Amino acid sequence: MGEQFVYVTYIRTTPEKLWNALIQPEFTRKYWVESWQDCEWKVGAVWKLMGPDNQVKDSGQVLEFNPFTRFSVSWRNEFIPAAKAEGYSRASFDLEPDRDAVKLTVTHSFETVGTSLHAGVSDGWPKILSSLKSLLETGDTLDVTRRWPAEA
Amino acid sequence: MDAVFRALADESRRHLLDRLHEQGGRTLGELCEGLKMSRQAVTKHLTILEEANLVATQKRGREKLHFLNPVPINDIADRWINKFDCQRLTALADLKRNLEGPTDG
Repeated sequence: MGEQFVYVTYIRTTPEKLWNALIQPEFTRKYWVESWQDCEWKVGAVWKLMGPDNQVKDSGQVLEFNPFTRFSVSWRNEFIPAAKAEGYSRASFDLEPDRDAVKLTVTHSFETVGTSLHAGVSDGWPKILSSLKSLLETGDTLDVTRRWPAEA
Repeated sequence: MDAVFRALADESRRHLLDRLHEQGGRTLGELCEGLKMSRQAVTKHLTILEEANLVATQKRGREKLHFLNPVPINDIADRWINKFDCQRLTALADLKRNLEGPTDG
């Protein structure tokens, strides 16, 4: 039996703008600790999360891709051997218009409990999503998400 | 942000968040187990937590699963805490915990 974590934020923007901010490297570098996704964005395509040093940090495959609504990827750590050995998790991104905002739900599911990948991302997701919200609503990101963490 | 503070200003609701922090994905029935509150009271508190976006829910079949959503708390933390010296604050919190033992906060 695994475990699942759900992160929700309401962002005053449009689904199109939020979608682009989730996918396009020039956006993600700003709020996602300088990282970007190297991907062709179609079901079955290889998905890679690239760090600021152009190293592959995490990788997987696109599992679902419905523009402006939902995408999901399989997700495995690539730079910490113990975390890599834990295998694949799954992350889904859902966008739903809600009055003058868009509800973004990030669901990260793990097949086993207490993985070290989860320990890493559980600290990261709230900060990254707060920063994404701030970027789209005010044009500014949060300090803590501007650099890849030094210890990683 | 008002809704978040209002939701957090109640011990029972903080307790429900603690339980969801221990283990997410719980149903209403599971959350009621071992609590002195009535099912109705738990439902009411969960609604307030959901409206403040501190609890996220997912439907699975007929069941509704509840998860702690830490994003609004991070928004607050960034506004008043992260801008200052986080490490020093963590050290102070650790010291307090060591001296006083675990508290509800």
